[in-house]
Amino acid sequence: MQKKNVVIIGNGISGITAARFIRKFSDHRITVISEESDHFYSRTALMYIYMGHMTYENTKPYEDWFWKKNRIELVRGYVTKVDTEKKGLMLTGGDIVYYDVLILATGSKSRKFGWPGQDLRGVQGLYNLQDLELMEENTQGINRAVVVGGGLIGIEMAEMLHSRHIPVTFLVRESGYWTNILPTEEGLMISRHIREHHIDLRLETELKEILPDETGRVRAIITNKNEEIACQFVGLTTGVMPNIEFLRDSGVEVGRGVMINNYFETNVPDVYAIGDCGQFREPRSGHPPIEQLWYTGRMHGETVARTICGERAAYDRGVWFNSAKFLHIEYQTYGFVASRPQDGEESLYWEHPDGHHAVRINYRASDGVVIGSNFFGIRHNQAVWERWLRERRTIDYVLEHLGAANFDPEFYTQFERAVVKQYNERYWGRKVMLKRKRGVRSRLLELVGTE
Amino acid sequence: MSLNRTYPSIQIAGDPTVSMSSTEKLGAGLSGLGFLFLLVAGFTGQTNPILFLILSLGLLSLGGVIFSIERYQKQHAPGVDNNGVMFSPSTRRSFFTWNLAILITGFYVLLYWFPGTLEGLIRTVDPLSYTLRGKAADQWFLYGTFYTVAVLVMGFRAILKYRHNRYQIIRTISVMFFQLFLAFLIPALLIMLQQPEFYFSYFWPLKYDYFFPGTLNSLEQAGGWGVFMVRWAVVIAFIGVPVLTYFFGKRWYCSWVCGCGGLAETAGDQWRQLSDKSMKAWKVERWMIHSVLVFIVATTALLWINADSGNMILREASNGFNKTYGFLIGMAFSGVIGVGFYPIMGSRVWCRFGCPQAAILGIIQKYFSRFRITTNSSQCISCGNCSTYCEMGIDVRAYAQRGQNIIRASCVGCGICANVCPRGVLSLENGPTKGRYNEPVLVPESEIMMPRRGDAKNEEWRERAFSQE
Ligand SMILES: Cc1cc2nc3c(=O)[nH]c(=O)nc-3n(C[C@H](O)[C@H](O)[C@H](O)COP(=O)(O)OP(=O)(O)OC[C@H]3O[C@@H](n4cnc5c(N)ncnc54)[C@H](O)[C@@H]3O)c2cc1C
Ligand code: SF4
Repeated sequence: MQKKNVVIIGNGISGITAARFIRKFSDHRITVISEESDHFYSRTALMYIYMGHMTYENTKPYEDWFWKKNRIELVRGYVTKVDTEKKGLMLTGGDIVYYDVLILATGSKSRKFGWPGQDLRGVQGLYNLQDLELMEENTQGINRAVVVGGGLIGIEMAEMLHSRHIPVTFLVRESGYWTNILPTEEGLMISRHIREHHIDLRLETELKEILPDETGRVRAIITNKNEEIACQFVGLTTGVMPNIEFLRDSGVEVGRGVMINNYFETNVPDVYAIGDCGQFREPRSGHPPIEQLWYTGRMHGETVARTICGERAAYDRGVWFNSAKFLHIEYQTYGFVASRPQDGEESLYWEHPDGHHAVRINYRASDGVVIGSNFFGIRHNQAVWERWLRERRTIDYVLEHLGAANFDPEFYTQFERAVVKQYNERYWGRKVMLKRKRGVRSRLLELVGTE
Repeated sequence: MSLNRTYPSIQIAGDPTVSMSSTEKLGAGLSGLGFLFLLVAGFTGQTNPILFLILSLGLLSLGGVIFSIERYQKQHAPGVDNNGVMFSPSTRRSFFTWNLAILITGFYVLLYWFPGTLEGLIRTVDPLSYTLRGKAADQWFLYGTFYTVAVLVMGFRAILKYRHNRYQIIRTISVMFFQLFLAFLIPALLIMLQQPEFYFSYFWPLKYDYFFPGTLNSLEQAGGWGVFMVRWAVVIAFIGVPVLTYFFGKRWYCSWVCGCGGLAETAGDQWRQLSDKSMKAWKVERWMIHSVLVFIVATTALLWINADSGNMILREASNGFNKTYGFLIGMAFSGVIGVGFYPIMGSRVWCRFGCPQAAILGIIQKYFSRFRITTNSSQCISCGNCSTYCEMGIDVRAYAQRGQNIIRASCVGCGICANVCPRGVLSLENGPTKGRYNEPVLVPESEIMMPRRGDAKNEEWRERAFSQE
């Protein structure tokens, strides 16, 4: 293989995964240019640094010697301009870096909606280390914070502030937490859980305006219900968008993100885009055109590495899944669970009276084939669910074997029996029996057919 | 954006001044007062032992219990609670923890080599000693009392802190039980009954002299119970240990039964994050722990050869080995460093770098066991909570983010990685040995990095991961 000079912009999960696999498959020269930090760290752990669970050092998945050892050159810098004709990048300060192959892995940035006062001191989003440091500064000695936007980063920010004993008001536009994604029951359960933690959750409430004090710092906000809430900090967590403005005039086609095909190829030869910053021209049906997840970033990086190393590989993201944690309730989802009931679909929903555990399994009314599932406060195994969904297992089969997917720690109460009971009670005469207990043996039976 | 900012200088200092509630202050104050009385007792304990016992250990425990209830039960809903661990001067490496380390280390030095200085304290536990053993206290009884109180009070704290996790609750009750009964009350009772003092929860080579010819002979001579004890020592070491480890992994002992583990999991729990996770530490660990194992096996063998030869051959050498081992490993390492360094090197310094019992259990766990920590395919977000809170310094994340089972000789199966993981990635399990060492599931990160059983070199997989030789 001819030795190429591969340059990657962005040292997040997608750029770093690409670098690692290119090293594994080839002898290309690899340079990673990134602005935010000297080394790869885990963005998903930002909240834990603020909460004092970990230090920044703890969030680095590889020790610092790793990069030199694997001949991955790291450059700390911001790319201001890309010249795709001369195949060169310009960094702040004027340095030029040339490439044979360029991978754009520049991630996202926080999205703001042009609210009056959104640039005041004490108002910020949360995406990178600089935001985190700013948040540390902005939240010193305050007595109320407002978080705007009921998504995944919003609830993390609320939890972060809560951990520092800062009273939080949490504005959510929908009628339950994250109910643009979660079905109503789950959204309400999580809403109750948020309130259990004494977080002042305001549903169906939007931000209208942010008011300054005489020093130019936030003093209060006004909601769409014209209520004024005094606060010294406002967290804007209303989504993220691709971080690509430096590509203007580069000749690389952009939409909301960098336009790519299933091989992560842009319109310019030898220029690829992966991770949060890419936008698929033809997303698979039911899948978003921009994938803003940790594990998809990793899959992008690995796939593009194959292509660059001579084995052109199309992206196959497999069965959809995701996970998160809402304060103390863990959440996992597999396949497709719509937020509202769909025609032709049935839904089995079981919730524990304590409001901390729930199971939803959706399936086709016609033949019982399972479409997707949600789990709250119960851990399930991704490999088993991937297999069930790929093989189009029916609801009866899934329920009978539900124990095999259980991934909770030993001695935990298992709720499969209750879930199955509810199902049997719903359909007269249906007698689904649990056939599998949790454990390695069951899982292996499910995955490989033998122990 | 400026380029001149230098990271990682990321300064998240938190707010260590976050105020304690008045009940927390009460608990802390009572404990402090108890500690003060402990010092006083050190000088004047003999005058009124019962009063001082209550004022010192009593107040210390009461304070600890009140503090734990307020901090963990009242102020925090059930769930992972590591807020502020990296900020608080009592849980990160700080001036305070260094002082604490010196204090504990100092206590061990006095205990082992200058017990006379502890006379006042020893007299304070006399009433307890007479009640339990029918004779006056000595420094070892004092030590046993402190140790047991620490395991019980801090075990109570651990149960509250981890009350959302049934594995942790049961495991903590187990170490509390074994410490209280098998390592404290039963040995005391044996003394009361004029039987040999014997610890059923410790075996050779951790309790290294249980296989020394001298010990076995004197037990045999004691007849009756002594004979049973000899049988127990042999059966548990040669049959119990391998069989139980095959079924449950090393954890059945290290984090369910053992007193050293018990103290680490209770009193040491707050410092588990201080263990060194680097590749280098792992290397040092493997050298040290296996050297200690070789050392104690050699010592035991020499003693037997010497005894068999009627005390003729290798007498000097075997006695020398015996004394050196006792001093270096038995006292200096396991006590002084092992516990004294809790607040700066984490709670399992001894278990990780020194314990020969752990070395044996580890070898069995690695090659002949049904235990593993299974990872949940692609769910890992590489956050690092698991590695951070691993007291054995295992970089759990390195495996988890590749979807690979974690099978490490050192893993004591405490289950905290699975507890702190926010994405449900880790599960401690026993199961069929076939396929225990799995290929990483996240497909092609495969071959070169996969540690295979029997291939010692592969221990270095991570280091070599991508280097193309
Ligand atoms: C607080 C938070 C929590 C999250 N939690 C989860 C979670 O639990 N699960 C999940 O699946 N996902 C989560 N995500 C999303 C996930 O972190 C992202 O999808 C992922 O990190 C994107 O990776 P990336 O490599 O594409 O980009 P990034 O990680 O954003 O990396 C891009 C890097 O490129 C640098 N860069 C950008 N432009 C330039 C330039 N012009 N020159 C030089 N450098 C540049 C940036 O500074 C940045 O360091 C979370 C995100 C946040 C912010
Ligand atoms: S296994 Fe869990 S705790 Fe460990 S890095 Fe992965 S997500 Fe984080």
